[in-house]
Amino acid sequence: MAKRTAKQNTRLKFDTAWQYSAAPETPDHIVLEDKYNLFINGKFVAPQSKKYFDTINPAKETRIASVAEASQADVDAAVKAARTAYDKVWSKMPARERGKYIYRIARIMQERARELAIIESLDGGKPIRESRDIDVPLAAAHFFYYAGWADKLDYALPGMAAQPLGVAGQIIPWNFPILMAAWKIAPALACGNTVVLKPAETTPLTALKLAEIFRDADLPPGVVNIVTGAGATGAAIVNHPGIDKVAFTGSTDVGKIIQKALAGTTKKYTLELGGKAANIIFEDAAIDQAVEGIVNGIFFNQGHVCCAGSRLFVQESVANEVVRKLKDRMETLIIGDPLDKNTDIGAINSREQLNKIKALVKVGVNEGGDCYQSSCTLPSKGFWFKPTIFTGVAQSSRIVQEEIFGPVLSIQTFRTVEEAVEKANNTPYGLSGGVWSDKGSKVFKVTSKIKAGVLWANTYNKFDPTSPFGGFKESGMGREGGMHGLSAYLK
Amino acid sequence: METKQKEKIKKVAVGLNGHSHHAETEIRLAVQKTYKLYIDGKFPRTESGRYYKLNDKNGKVIANICRASRKDFRDAVVVARKAQGDWQKKSAFNRSQILYRIAETLETRRLQFVSTLGLQGVSETAAQKEVSAAVDMLVYYAGWCDKYQQVFSSVNPVESSHFNFSFPEPTGVVTAIASPEQGLLNLVSLMAPSLAGGNSIIILAAEKFPLTAIDFAEVLNASDVPGGVVNILTGYSKELHTHFSSHMDVNAIVYAGDNSAELKTIQTNAAGNVKRVVVVQNIAEESPYRIMELQEVKTTWHPVGI
Repeated sequence: MAKRTAKQNTRLKFDTAWQYSAAPETPDHIVLEDKYNLFINGKFVAPQSKKYFDTINPAKETRIASVAEASQADVDAAVKAARTAYDKVWSKMPARERGKYIYRIARIMQERARELAIIESLDGGKPIRESRDIDVPLAAAHFFYYAGWADKLDYALPGMAAQPLGVAGQIIPWNFPILMAAWKIAPALACGNTVVLKPAETTPLTALKLAEIFRDADLPPGVVNIVTGAGATGAAIVNHPGIDKVAFTGSTDVGKIIQKALAGTTKKYTLELGGKAANIIFEDAAIDQAVEGIVNGIFFNQGHVCCAGSRLFVQESVANEVVRKLKDRMETLIIGDPLDKNTDIGAINSREQLNKIKALVKVGVNEGGDCYQSSCTLPSKGFWFKPTIFTGVAQSSRIVQEEIFGPVLSIQTFRTVEEAVEKANNTPYGLSGGVWSDKGSKVFKVTSKIKAGVLWANTYNKFDPTSPFGGFKESGMGREGGMHGLSAYLK
Repeated sequence: METKQKEKIKKVAVGLNGHSHHAETEIRLAVQKTYKLYIDGKFPRTESGRYYKLNDKNGKVIANICRASRKDFRDAVVVARKAQGDWQKKSAFNRSQILYRIAETLETRRLQFVSTLGLQGVSETAAQKEVSAAVDMLVYYAGWCDKYQQVFSSVNPVESSHFNFSFPEPTGVVTAIASPEQGLLNLVSLMAPSLAGGNSIIILAAEKFPLTAIDFAEVLNASDVPGGVVNILTGYSKELHTHFSSHMDVNAIVYAGDNSAELKTIQTNAAGNVKRVVVVQNIAEESPYRIMELQEVKTTWHPVGI
């Protein structure tokens, strides 16, 4: 079936009904180097590989800076620094002092929050509203939360004399760069481990800014080392014999490769992998709120969210109403400059990801799905994708089965609670889910039956440092956040 | 002549699988037990028709043991998946009582287990100790059924206006491979934490202790454990560990064996569907963390407001 774009629907079309003036966040106070080195043993050092790669602004396809590509030798140096720091300093330091360092990091992040938010949006393409109000404050809050755990670990795992694991190798994705760095580093440090962290190759800048913050906070050299690079650098970390623990957030495919690579070793690991969450709307839900939840579920951060509500299930009796209201709401979404404070949907993170989204949407159309996109116009340069929904899809459709990691929603209907639950659970993933109903008993029945690690009832895509996050089934193992997040870094 | 005949009958009576020593006082042929698998609360033979011989220390055949196949295992996974949901849905109190009931049943069959452990080469003192440890471990985990959730749950003080709580849920279908030592305690050590936490399980018994395993299946069968929640296979770890670790409808595998090559294969295969791999170093260990290794923490958010 051919693609259809929005018919003349100006009822809620904010950019025609009334004009928004551009409200860009000014980046002129941002200091960025032209070239970034590796952060090893408390210093920025040139890579032994002598290689650098460019990180670009996906909204403009312009180069921002060159970033070092860490080779095996560089990873060796980072692991060595982390080991020495663990043996000589970090594991010997009184836990309370350890905690105070982490508090200090949190405070400096808060002081430099606006700068971090702007860099995050420049480097990754996400709207400044999100990086400013969600990513950066949550990242700082994560450090603040775990700082306080450092001298209270005996209360977290009852009956165990908790001990740190040693050196943690951490590999994070490009969708929430600084937030994922915080999710990984904060609990690792609080538990007394040292860290070698690799940010994603398309979004390395905020992790490197974080390195500056660690240096400014006088964090002892080697406690956190940041090595930039792509898959080969990540593999060097995972396979390094000096690593005691691997923490990975990323795709299920890569997660499986890592799990396999760790077979036969004694390394502990936690994996936070992909998802294909069901967002279930019952007929007794507050429909307007549910529509907001659908939008937040799939269009938040351009859909580059492992827990995105990418499979919508609507009870048949309200399906027409929900889809109509959703289409109306999609027309109001403002797509464009990530640094503009009005922007709802920013740029797709990379050309590679854009191509992947395009390819899967094409599959969806070819498989007979009915594709609808908002009528927005997209900037001529940069990587962009219109908010997209599919109706008329089946459980077996590839766009229903596979994680798209973009602003693409598939919509199916159901009649009974049992049918909704069965369809929702018909996936190898189990990261998250959403349930919308005004009936409490139904909400609890359904949330308890969905096999997933995070259930949002009458809300969606909420995160908090105190709230554990992580998947069932092929969405990974282990939890990040909250008290439960500590056990990933203790033995 | 009559004496001779008596002698002959006595010999036959002491033949296969040996619960027959009581028979020595009478002139009658002891009835031998056929040892089969335990799947879905029933005792089927292996579909493969294969067997291995279990010998006593003198090399005499005690029994022909079912050598379970991949097909038997796959059948067991199907029933374990079916049974798991209802087992999880049972109240924690009910699960607790069923685990306690297993302990009661096992205690009353102490003599039988001491005797079969003896046939498999365990001294009476050691066997008595092992049965005691197994019964006590069952009671220990029976007690945890309705408590670990409280110890390992949390209400999370999130910044936004939401009620947010986290609690453990069972991982699902678990496979387990026993270690070569302490046949009875092994089964209990692999089974009890998994069961207490609402999982269903398929256990491969130690090659050396198949009699204990199937006798224990009878204990389960008499203790209100729903069919399919615990399935016990006998056979070769070297053959079955690849299937136990690669089946796509299995969520976790527990390995208590001592073969590092097997373990590496298990860990490699487990990546196929991100199975949790639990390595049990010490089967005598009693800990709620053994339950938690087979749990998934679920966090639920709900807005607070009018």
